[in-house]
Amino acid sequence: MNKVEFYKETGPREVFCGLTSIVWLHRRMPDAFFLVVGSRTCAHLIQSAAGVMIFAEPRFGTAILEEKDLAGLADAHEELDKVVNDLIARRPEIKTLFLVGSCPSEVIKLDLATVAEKLNKRFLGRVQFLNYSGSGIETTFTQGEDGALKALIPLMESTDEEKLLIVGTIANNVEDRFKKIFKNIGINNVESFPPRQSTDLPKIGTNTKVLLTQPYLSDTVRDLQHRGCEILYAPFPLGIEGSTKWLLAAAEAFKIPALKVHEVIAPLANRARQAMESHKKILKGKNLFLLPESQLEISLARFLHNECEMNLIEVGTPYLNKELMEEELNLLPENTKIVEGQHVENQLDRVRESQPDLVVCGMGLANPLEAEGIHTKWSIEMVFSPIHGIDQAADLAGLFSRPLKRNQILTTKTLATHK
Amino acid sequence: MELTLWTYEGPPHVGAMRIASSMKDLHYILHAPQGDTYADLLFTMIERRGKRPPVTYTTFQARDLGGDTAELVKRNISESVERFKPKALLVGESCTAELIQDQPGALAKGMGFDIPIVNLELPAYSKKENWGASETFYQLIRTLLKEAANEKSKISPQRWKELGRRPKVNLLGPTLLGFRCRDDVIEIQRILSEQGIDTNVVSPLNSSPDDIKRLIDADLNICLYLEIAEASCEWLKRNFGMEYTTTIPIGIENTINFINEVHNKLDLPLTNKEELENKSKLPWYSKSVDSNYLTGKRVFIFGDGTHAIAAAKIAKEELGFEVVGLGTYSREMARKVRGIAKDLDLEALITNNYLEVEDAIKKTSPELVLGTQMERHSAKRLGIPCAVISTPMHVQDVPARYSPQMGWEGANVIFDDWVHPLMMGLEEHLIDMFKHDFEFVDGHQSHLGHTAVKSQNHEDKNKTENIESGVNEIIWTDSGKAELTKVPFFVRGKVKTNTEKYALSKGLAEISDETLYDAKAFFS
Repeated sequence: MNKVEFYKETGPREVFCGLTSIVWLHRRMPDAFFLVVGSRTCAHLIQSAAGVMIFAEPRFGTAILEEKDLAGLADAHEELDKVVNDLIARRPEIKTLFLVGSCPSEVIKLDLATVAEKLNKRFLGRVQFLNYSGSGIETTFTQGEDGALKALIPLMESTDEEKLLIVGTIANNVEDRFKKIFKNIGINNVESFPPRQSTDLPKIGTNTKVLLTQPYLSDTVRDLQHRGCEILYAPFPLGIEGSTKWLLAAAEAFKIPALKVHEVIAPLANRARQAMESHKKILKGKNLFLLPESQLEISLARFLHNECEMNLIEVGTPYLNKELMEEELNLLPENTKIVEGQHVENQLDRVRESQPDLVVCGMGLANPLEAEGIHTKWSIEMVFSPIHGIDQAADLAGLFSRPLKRNQILTTKTLATHK
Repeated sequence: MELTLWTYEGPPHVGAMRIASSMKDLHYILHAPQGDTYADLLFTMIERRGKRPPVTYTTFQARDLGGDTAELVKRNISESVERFKPKALLVGESCTAELIQDQPGALAKGMGFDIPIVNLELPAYSKKENWGASETFYQLIRTLLKEAANEKSKISPQRWKELGRRPKVNLLGPTLLGFRCRDDVIEIQRILSEQGIDTNVVSPLNSSPDDIKRLIDADLNICLYLEIAEASCEWLKRNFGMEYTTTIPIGIENTINFINEVHNKLDLPLTNKEELENKSKLPWYSKSVDSNYLTGKRVFIFGDGTHAIAAAKIAKEELGFEVVGLGTYSREMARKVRGIAKDLDLEALITNNYLEVEDAIKKTSPELVLGTQMERHSAKRLGIPCAVISTPMHVQDVPARYSPQMGWEGANVIFDDWVHPLMMGLEEHLIDMFKHDFEFVDGHQSHLGHTAVKSQNHEDKNKTENIESGVNEIIWTDSGKAELTKVPFFVRGKVKTNTEKYALSKGLAEISDETLYDAKAFFS
């Protein structure tokens, strides 16, 4: 590992909890429903993050705990049963129902695993029930997906078949592109996890080679290893460099010469470089400060420095799994300052001191920083936009160049901000 | 346990945040896990605030639960007082902290600060956002005026005469994330100043703890939003004898009633009564012949208590609509709304379940829905015009222009906002006359923007289905077609044209998925 500088920080945080990942998970698996067992706060959080109103009925909801549920636990189990019955009656097309634990359900130790087990028996063959926790006391934002995927692993059948399993939610069109590229390289047996249908789970075993698309899947990785899967360590497929190394890691595992990979992706990389030019012009030499939120910060920092020539002031990350991030850390420039955890006030002091050209942060902080004259890119967009792969590299760069470009366009340089 | 897919109100601590964020020199310590910070974005994104809510989240984690979360609370309190130097401190818990019972309010009081500390107990499992805002405002006022209350001086609304000055009033209840509060406050102050009445304090919006201490300098309280300020007004009445007005000045008649109530309470003669009739355009617009077509239009009303009640009166008496449904999600205002509904021969719908509201809309088949942003979406699905009259807030409910709901200008805004979604009178008449002509497009409804959008999407779909019939005679391969269908419909046409342009310029005979990406890169 090279000489990046690690710091740890604790204090008040400004991040989403794991429940938020329902927003993209439910889109990936349209036959699944996510039922949070929690409070009005949980319901309000998800609707605030997900723009629920556009749906006639969303495929996620909250069983809101009330005072009477907190009085006795047996009662809460029965109540949850009732809610589930109503839900299944209302939405008969649902094949998988995730019971999602929250801060309050964890604190009162509501045993969702037992509830799921009972429900599985009752609805056998019709609906499968799973549980995981998306609580803020245990998970940060994208980690919710880790919990959901881990919950699916026991349902995956075993196989000895040799295959490549790409793990982590990506946009469907990106997935198609990856599969095509793998085919051109010579890897034909490629499957994705999570699948597009919750019941269409890939089989796994000792000849399964796992390539991660997302950096926040520590628990999923551990359980896949327990099932005998081989984990291919690589940088994550963001940008040309990350995607190339990611593809090379797969090729190496399938004993395909690197030359073949380069042959396949050379035209792709060339056109991506060409497409990135206009964005790079804007980003080059600009100072970047990443606040912790999506867990993609380290990969983004690597991309924005190595491929867009931005300077890294500070790279925040909610938590650091050095094993999964090792390949990424090796690619970062020397003396990169990585801060794990957060004390939001102290961190904002450092932002103000360093006056960066661009700050990547959550939506709660973006407008206040803009009002102080500091340009921002909200990080939640990274998890909703197709940003993976060589073909998307320019789009990814565009997410960061747009706020800067916009500032150049707007003629009123001193906007009176509404404070 | 209650299944909730979407909720009209957030938890009570979000109500407390609305009070804290509306004010200056106040800080809120919220004992809460990570994730609860989502609430910041309601203020920074929906209200477009250029300032963070003055809230510190203690951010406890599972591993802290076995240890000393109380220490964590104390550390956050010290740091926040040191950093923000507030003139008063709110201390409370979110839903999860309520379960671990650290008593952060009591902890804060034991730390020896010389600023007033308000210990907020907002039961998260039985109460909601508006209740939390009301309780927080009330507790804050109580704490800051406790000592003054002991002096037991009675405030007569007529004392301005003895004091030899103009009458002074407080405007209570406007908050951030409240419906058009920003502009209502300006409108009401304008109306009062025309009557020679001064505004002493507006609170909570843009006020400070010092301003709250000055509330008792006024002669009368104006309760603008019952959900937020009624409890506070009651307390000020009990402890200082301060009278408060209960008429909400939304609509012409209630604005006049409000002005009368203020004058009666202050014992101030109303000299320009006739002038008031012409302050708003609503009465004339409603009388003008074009509005004949509004007569008996069936409207369904749902919102918070204050705005739903006001809407029912305006709809029936000032626009000549027929109210076919009335309801609220404000349980605290259920009795009042039921009363109004009864007068209209209706049964009020009191619910927090938007699906029940949607069902009620379907059953009553109204011609106009006056509701929240959620009813706007439901109405859109049902093809019924809708105007938004109430919270929960959406970024569209914070318009750049001045658009109050209260007072004379409020009535103008309401006329426009409610009538424009309907087909204009003359237009409706003409369509009826000419609907048999061949030029007439079936289903023409200029007032329903979304219907037009729908047919456009349909066209787009047809376009991509006829990919082969491209005029440039370039063949789209299967992979190219497949890739094109993955492009969002609203840019698909442009992508197709650009790709064909690119293929032509390169002399290509066919377009594959790779060509599509080549073109994308070429044009980016």
